[in-house]
Amino acid sequence: MSDEWDVVIAGAGIVGSACAKECAARGLRTAIVEPGEIGGGATAAGMGHIVVMSDSPGQLALTSYSQRLWQELSDSLPHSVEYERCGTIWVASDDDEMEEVHRKRALYASVGIATEVLDSCALAEAEPHLRKPLAGGLLVPSDAVLYPPCAAQYLVEEALRSGARLYARRKLKSAGAGIVRLDDGTELRASHIVNAAGADATGLLPQLPIRERKGHLVITDRYPGFVHHQLVELGYSKSAHSITTDSVAFNIQPRKTGQILIGSSRQYNAGGTAVDYQMVSAMIERARYFMPGIGALSSIRIWTGFRAATPDNLPLIGPWPEDKTLFLAAGHEGLGITTSLGTAQLLADHLVGNPTRIPIEPYLPERFVRNATHA
Amino acid sequence: MNEHFHVLVIGAGPAGISAAVRAAESGGHVGLLDDNPAAGGQIWRKGASLPKTARMWLARLNAASVERLHGWHVFGSPTSGVLFAERTGLASPAAEQADFIELNYDKLILATGARERFLPFPGWTLPNVMGAGGLDAMVRGGLRIKGKRIVVAGTGPLLLAVAAHLAHRGTQILAICEQAPLSRLRPFAMRLLTQPGKVAQGIGLRIATRGTHFYTGCWPVAATGRGRLESVTLQRRGKQWELPCDYLACGYHLVPNLELPRLLGCGIHEGFVTTDKWQQTSIPGVLCAGEPTGIGGVELAIVEGQIAGLAATGRVEKADDLIQKRTRGQRFVRALREAFELDPRLRALPSAETLVCRCEDVPFGVLRDYTSARDAKLHTRCGMGACQGRICGAATEFVFGWAMDSMRPPILPASLSTLAATGVGGAHDPSNTTSNQNRRDTL
Repeated sequence: MSDEWDVVIAGAGIVGSACAKECAARGLRTAIVEPGEIGGGATAAGMGHIVVMSDSPGQLALTSYSQRLWQELSDSLPHSVEYERCGTIWVASDDDEMEEVHRKRALYASVGIATEVLDSCALAEAEPHLRKPLAGGLLVPSDAVLYPPCAAQYLVEEALRSGARLYARRKLKSAGAGIVRLDDGTELRASHIVNAAGADATGLLPQLPIRERKGHLVITDRYPGFVHHQLVELGYSKSAHSITTDSVAFNIQPRKTGQILIGSSRQYNAGGTAVDYQMVSAMIERARYFMPGIGALSSIRIWTGFRAATPDNLPLIGPWPEDKTLFLAAGHEGLGITTSLGTAQLLADHLVGNPTRIPIEPYLPERFVRNATHA
Repeated sequence: MNEHFHVLVIGAGPAGISAAVRAAESGGHVGLLDDNPAAGGQIWRKGASLPKTARMWLARLNAASVERLHGWHVFGSPTSGVLFAERTGLASPAAEQADFIELNYDKLILATGARERFLPFPGWTLPNVMGAGGLDAMVRGGLRIKGKRIVVAGTGPLLLAVAAHLAHRGTQILAICEQAPLSRLRPFAMRLLTQPGKVAQGIGLRIATRGTHFYTGCWPVAATGRGRLESVTLQRRGKQWELPCDYLACGYHLVPNLELPRLLGCGIHEGFVTTDKWQQTSIPGVLCAGEPTGIGGVELAIVEGQIAGLAATGRVEKADDLIQKRTRGQRFVRALREAFELDPRLRALPSAETLVCRCEDVPFGVLRDYTSARDAKLHTRCGMGACQGRICGAATEFVFGWAMDSMRPPILPASLSTLAATGVGGAHDPSNTTSNQNRRDTL
């Protein structure tokens, strides 16, 4: 059995699903291969925060581009996706961090993202359960939250409506040189093979510079109105992007259900999926430091997941230099939900030879191959 | 708080009590934990006139050197040999400080018991439609029910016991509907003849419920009413009829409480924990007794509990006659399973709008399109609510044939301050980012 495709996408996580929708919409004959549930890997484990981040120019460009794409799509999203533009507040503890608020505001303005500086009083008014006093914060009203597995499902369904085909519960045995072999013996011929397998991307290409970075999340019972915005400590970037050490940061999210999602933790070489109570405890202590009343809330579930991290915290998007049929859309670390839509645009534009809306260069996989040759 | 036990028993029903009593004979430090305020489990409840066996075992427990942890529930296990527990009833916004304990053990005996199985049908979420055991427990807890008209339905020996008790409390039992056909129940009754004690029990129940219609091969297909139950539609041999009533007590036999065995990774086969001759599970040092190994009732639970208590303390030579009793009991397990096997037609009861997951309001029509519990959970939230699929999990297992999704802690809700307390010492200062960073290196 053999089939001819323009694009075969490995992985129906949020990134692969978004790529499938975009490729199919542009008239490319598109197939998606997913061994598990749609959006069942890191997509299901993540928070679903659509957030603009500014740790690097590449990150700012891709997240702001993607956040706008989600806004444009939001009216089409079904109820089950639970898209809600609740906004993010970056919480500043002290005057030093307030200076950071102003720097951040200027960066966001440079890419056209409107923000609002909150002083101590405005912050307390916006989020009465936060510790008082805090120095203030930066509100990004256009940030949003959504429920990622249903977002992935929606994107796949859209792709199918545009003529794509889903190979559900099929594993890739091999992919390269224009040929994809599945575990049931199916052979797919493809002009382009897109590896969107997240942390599993190294299964197909062991030399990829992707490492698993474990995270924990805790979700509470329903407490509608306890938190109104996604709240992130301004020190988040410091800890979240420290490459070598384990870290926790205050990062909590109101769900449409009234539940509160509490993050976040980051660990390399953390072994299996088991819950590490040391990390959970540190995470909740950090949350309690910012929001003392939160300790009395009831938690109903803790889980872990693995982010696909690259050495420079930017994803791999574009051709793999060692095989002209092979493309990557992987390595999104903690920003896969946000940047899935931007990734899909960049990839599809690149595949059909259109100019990309933002420069693709910062994300091209060749940056690591080049480094490897120089090393 | 941190405690070490030679033998720790989880669950203070008949299996757990007998396990703790026999383990304590060895002189080691034995602990018995249960989320209820008193020992006895679901079956030996306060407010009931307790049978002689129950009084005897509760007396033995009181005389034994067993540390009792009543009003605690286990919510997690950070590593083998350690459980985390929280005092029940404190996980509410009013609580200032949650009560947390770390339990270390050499041997663990799981005696987590069973709960009723509910199957969804149109109207099953109406007020006054309850579990059979559930209504029984509420009456024992003080619910006034005298003069009310009750239909008891579902399957299993519990139905007769509940009907007898409710009749005794002055209610009007309109009908007892057993889904199993008479042809299946007859061999079951024959097997009971090898168990004289159980026959007497059965006959006693029939006498107490004399004058009540006892239908076999019969089940409720709908419950209706405005705001609460007003009538139930029953079906038998293709015929349907409506019966006005105040309560429907409906339970489809029992399913074991497997949350903790699953969290610990114990091997499970066809819905029950697998154990060897000495009640040892697939996880070294973890034993299991009672309903989680097979629904077999109080007598078998006491036998298995004793074997587990003896085996956990290295005194297997005292368990010889118990092993024989257990073999007889296990025949009863098989007989129960065959007699009360669910009719496949019960799978077709829900309509598209019937809620299956009550925590997350997921209707049957939405679930039909999915192929596994995890798939459905991810995309519909079925089983994601506070009960962690305790109700809908058994229903979707039967209706769709879905295996349960993996177990995640906490297996019962735990307050965030309790989770915070699970970190060693809890001595770090979260207010200082620098020290926080340094501390992270050691995590």
